[in-house]
Amino acid sequence: MTRRILSSAAFTLIALSMALDAQVTPDRLLRAAQEPQNWLTYSGGYASQRHSLLTQITPANVRNLDLQWILPNQVFGAWQSSPVVVDGIMYVTQRPNDVLALDAKTGRVFWQYRYTVSSDARVCCGANNRGVAILGDTLFLGTLDSHLVALDAKTGRSLWNVAVGDPKLGYSITMAPLVVKDKVLVGTGGGEYGIRGFIAAFDTRTGKEVWRFYTIPGPGERGHETWKGDAWKTGGGSIWLTPSYDPALNLTYWGVGNPGPDWNSDLRPGDNLYTDSVVALDADTGQLKWHFQFSPNDTYDYDAVQIAVLADLDWRGTPTKAMLWANRNGFFYVLDRTNGRFLFGTPFVKVNWESGLDGNGRPIPTPQPPGQPTWPGNQGGTNWYSPSFSPRTGLMYVSAWEGYASVFRKEPAQYVAGRNFAGGGATPVTPVPGAPGIRIGRATPINTWTDAAGHGTVMAIDPQTGQKKWTFSQFDVTDSGILTTASDLLFTGGREGYFYALDARTGAQLWKTSLGAQIVNGPITYAVDGRQYVSVISGNSLVTFALRN
Amino acid sequence: MSRRSWLLTLIAVFLLAAPAGAQLLAQDHPGQYAQEDIGRGAVLYNTQCNQCHGRDGDQISGVDLRRGQFRRAQSDEDLAQVITRGTSSGMPPFALQPSELTGIVAFIRAGFDTTASIRVGNAARGRTIFDGKGQCATCHRVGGTGPRLAPALSDIGLARAPASLDRSIRDPSAGMMPINRPVQIVMKNGSTIRGRRLNEDTHSVQIIDDQERLRSLPKTDIRTMSVETTSPMPAYAGKLTDDEIADVVAFLLTLRTP
Repeated sequence: MTRRILSSAAFTLIALSMALDAQVTPDRLLRAAQEPQNWLTYSGGYASQRHSLLTQITPANVRNLDLQWILPNQVFGAWQSSPVVVDGIMYVTQRPNDVLALDAKTGRVFWQYRYTVSSDARVCCGANNRGVAILGDTLFLGTLDSHLVALDAKTGRSLWNVAVGDPKLGYSITMAPLVVKDKVLVGTGGGEYGIRGFIAAFDTRTGKEVWRFYTIPGPGERGHETWKGDAWKTGGGSIWLTPSYDPALNLTYWGVGNPGPDWNSDLRPGDNLYTDSVVALDADTGQLKWHFQFSPNDTYDYDAVQIAVLADLDWRGTPTKAMLWANRNGFFYVLDRTNGRFLFGTPFVKVNWESGLDGNGRPIPTPQPPGQPTWPGNQGGTNWYSPSFSPRTGLMYVSAWEGYASVFRKEPAQYVAGRNFAGGGATPVTPVPGAPGIRIGRATPINTWTDAAGHGTVMAIDPQTGQKKWTFSQFDVTDSGILTTASDLLFTGGREGYFYALDARTGAQLWKTSLGAQIVNGPITYAVDGRQYVSVISGNSLVTFALRN
Repeated sequence: MSRRSWLLTLIAVFLLAAPAGAQLLAQDHPGQYAQEDIGRGAVLYNTQCNQCHGRDGDQISGVDLRRGQFRRAQSDEDLAQVITRGTSSGMPPFALQPSELTGIVAFIRAGFDTTASIRVGNAARGRTIFDGKGQCATCHRVGGTGPRLAPALSDIGLARAPASLDRSIRDPSAGMMPINRPVQIVMKNGSTIRGRRLNEDTHSVQIIDDQERLRSLPKTDIRTMSVETTSPMPAYAGKLTDDEIADVVAFLLTLRTP
């Protein structure tokens, strides 16, 4: 009897501790913004505003931020991962496809999962991985050889592992998956290998594929008429960033990558749907509800892989379920996310590849003569790095590249399975022939290209007008994502390795520290035991700050 | 003419003719790699390798293809093996034709230089011009000697291609890298600092001043900073003959000690 009482007491204790350490339910994911102590998805919530309600760190005390811990990474190359944080545990990926679980207060590691990438893997741009998704006690990881892996969040042991695409054909996964209800959603990279991109949903328990949507429509499907001959078979349309989700509409929003081959549009006449578009897919069935194409028949590698920011606005006097989008092609767009209707678009950087947008948001192309510069350059006015939207200021915050152009060239391209299928290239414009141009990443502490080849600017864009409320310029370009908080702070970085806190209302620099190496993804914030932390990756170090005790 | 003297004459003819033109070019630079292979490699590089390794081949940390800095490879065979097998750190294997592989290795070994039109003369004569008529050593430092006002040239043969060297000698302002530009800085305390820019970021600039001091200046202390786009180096087009410039280029290409 005594024994039974004891064991039942123990059971109660265990049950209590389990309740404290609750699983991440679909309902919690829906309300991620309401538990700001956690960072539950890649973008901090389904609306992808990257805006936290935490207010312990304020404009008044941000100068007291202090280094708490550093997690070093032993792997070469840009570290593009964005951690998730659940009840004091941080999950972060590192190259090529490792996952680490750590104490978010101290940075000490609980477990490390190492995935061996098949030698069949082909990736255009480095062994990048941008993070995991979580549901219940399960983490979901996409791999460079195009597998989707489920891991036990407590042990780091694999639960299931399914093939998504054929790595020999150039399919890879670099994005952090997104969990919606009982499904985990992921898309395929490989836009430089002549893939036919797709998005697929998998049962979170079994890994069984539930639905699939091809970003390049096949014969008989709507949109197929925007391709000629067999070009659709190698049409690209990669997916390499995490989608957003509107639960009320039950729609997921995906930015689709460039057409294949990247630079030679002559080889694929037509609009090439759904490349360089946003597609709105039903979360349960994968059915296409609507699409909007930013850059038809693209010649400039202007992937529309930016994060779709969902905001409910009083837009020019009308309550609007809006989608805000600063595109790689240099335009800022406001769309109606219920139906994809174009509401507004205006350039946020210098643009000369077209002369404006028509009433439906379609660009009027002005291709430059061969050898002449095109603005924005190949890396775009912005790119994959996450923007932020603050409901408090009503402003969209974007990391942009200014004064940056490329000379594009078309070359013949023959599709060979698994081989690069580019059809040309792009050379960044430099002020002096032969001088270093801006690269995809920064691998040297010396800025040999200088601002004469382009520079970065954090822009606060008013969605009502497209006007910049303020700008914050950097000498080098920036690939840093942005985080805003409900105390009107904005955190961001750049290639120079400075980590900044700005006033989200004015752009005034409130605090900076030099972390030394390039910051190539967005900071996150979370809280443990009532203390707010801010984490950011600089070079090969994940660095975490909190207010001085 | 005896057989022996005929041979001597032939050697003499070669010795006279060779420095003037293409034969030395083929031998000295770009080494034993055929121009045709280098050209083929360049096309392949731009489509297959450029995306990760970058236009200048130094985009992967620890690797600088153009300057011959590799993580694993030493020999041409090693290079070919890395390309065909890939690496554990994420480089995929490339299934290339043998001629493509030869081309890509040649392009890397040639320092990405496909310009066959730039003349490369005699390095020994170039050294004499560098120290004498050209007065290059008045400003440029090589090895441990010379002033530091202009960029040191000890490894310029690694850093620059012949075409770029040729341009810099003939028209220095056109060839001056933006980072090397002369700066004139007026500090908020009223002092003026002249020097050459070494590095710059949003909040600071690093220079070597005209007293050869390394200085890192916070921009908050700077009132004005002007960055000159005209090089203080004289243009040598017209000052040196084409042959002399080709000789100086040849000498500069031998400077390969970082």
